[in-house]
Amino acid sequence: MSVPENLLYTKEHEWLRVEGDVGVVGITDFAQEQLGDVVFVELPAADSKLTQGGSFGVVESVKTVSDLYSPVNGSVMEVNSGLDAAPEQVNTDPYGEGWIVKIKIDDPDSLKQLLSPEQYNELLKEE
Amino acid sequence: MPQDFSLKHTPLYSIHVELGAKIVPFAGWNMPIQYAGLMQEHLAVRKSCGIFDVSHMGEVEVTGKDAEAFLQNLIPNDVTRLQDESVLYSPMCYENGGVVDDLLVYRIAQDRYMLCINASNTDKDFEWIVQNSKAFDVEVVNVSDRTAQLAIQGPNAEALIQKLTDVSLKDIEYYHFKIGNVDQVECIISRTGYTGEDGFELYFDAQKAEGMFRKVMEAGKEFDVQPIGLGARDTLRLEVAYPLYGNELNAESNPLEAGLGWTIKLNKGNFIGKDSLASSKEKGLKKKLVGIKLKERGVPRSHYTITKDGDKVGEVTSGTFSPSLEVGIALALVDKEHSTQGDTLNVEIRKQSVPAEVVKLPFVPRSVKK
Repeated sequence: MSVPENLLYTKEHEWLRVEGDVGVVGITDFAQEQLGDVVFVELPAADSKLTQGGSFGVVESVKTVSDLYSPVNGSVMEVNSGLDAAPEQVNTDPYGEGWIVKIKIDDPDSLKQLLSPEQYNELLKEE
Repeated sequence: MPQDFSLKHTPLYSIHVELGAKIVPFAGWNMPIQYAGLMQEHLAVRKSCGIFDVSHMGEVEVTGKDAEAFLQNLIPNDVTRLQDESVLYSPMCYENGGVVDDLLVYRIAQDRYMLCINASNTDKDFEWIVQNSKAFDVEVVNVSDRTAQLAIQGPNAEALIQKLTDVSLKDIEYYHFKIGNVDQVECIISRTGYTGEDGFELYFDAQKAEGMFRKVMEAGKEFDVQPIGLGARDTLRLEVAYPLYGNELNAESNPLEAGLGWTIKLNKGNFIGKDSLASSKEKGLKKKLVGIKLKERGVPRSHYTITKDGDKVGEVTSGTFSPSLEVGIALALVDKEHSTQGDTLNVEIRKQSVPAEVVKLPFVPRSVKK
């Protein structure tokens, strides 16, 4: 199960890559494997306000549906519209082409709430 | 993920682990939900063939001089239409018409039958069957634990199994079976299945399960066989509109409304549930099980509400994204006045009303051998 070193994680299995005051968000390799074949990602509207831990979209796989939770407070800068045509990228490249939203981070302090790769690995051991 | 060891294992559990299956609890069993991936497995069964471990299913033997009369009273379908080596599908009903389970009846001889029942219902069914057998000269034995069941399904299934048996498979018609050896193991070789494809279900000694599974996998290489999990089993059956107990059928459902009218033989003489079913038919059925196809993106799931002009008119019983059609499909129990093909209804998916059309069933044509 891949857990890249350069990312932060949530307990709900989202990842966040911080690039200045922007955060790129997706779901982890573990999450995509648990969901199975992703067939549809319901994306938030541009500019919508996100709160840390709040639901901002859903991922539908053939078998199940799962909420997406924002890792930080902020607003949506961009959504990965490529997922409309190719939702399977969430499975095939969860940390790359399968990214879901870019968020303008309002409050960098909220990053402290997130899990380090080590902490996330610990969490996976318990799953 | 830690396994729950209170759950039962089929004799093939270690093979599933070895093959890298994702294992989930299902009906009291640890079962493989997928191996390579649900979508890929689903399409492989439609295109070539797949092998399913369905050893969790229950089997009950009914023998004795009253066996036929007993079964004729136990289930609504007509057991007297069976000949040796043929199979009958039927619900099994309570006195109030609700469904105990749905099952297959195998007639081995006029005084010897095997029932195949759902894993989740095995104990409940066995109790019900025994309880209703008191007035008949029959012996009822639960042979579930010593019976393995493998399903080999898909257009290549016959060619694959023919490599392993001298029984002439082309002579076994749909819903018929023969007893014979497959790889030197005595099996019920049944031309039945739950995928809408041609194929076979094999019942045999559970102790031979591992050898049989490996043999079929090996012999099946040239036919592109692969193991299929319960995930694809469910999407395959849903595309061809086969009901699933717990979804389309349950203790509260009326089998006449759930699309099983063809199995309810009200003219055949007495059976458990007959009066209730006859009276509900006379009064007029209120609901109907229909197929719906989403007109927009989304995935319907069981228990989602169906609306028309904002009012609730039904509920999804089973829904999925169809791997073959690449669209959201569902079976739904709706008020009769909204069950006409071509009608537009809405599925309430989270906060959205997604339009859906009532369509002809099955969603995908069945390719079973006729």
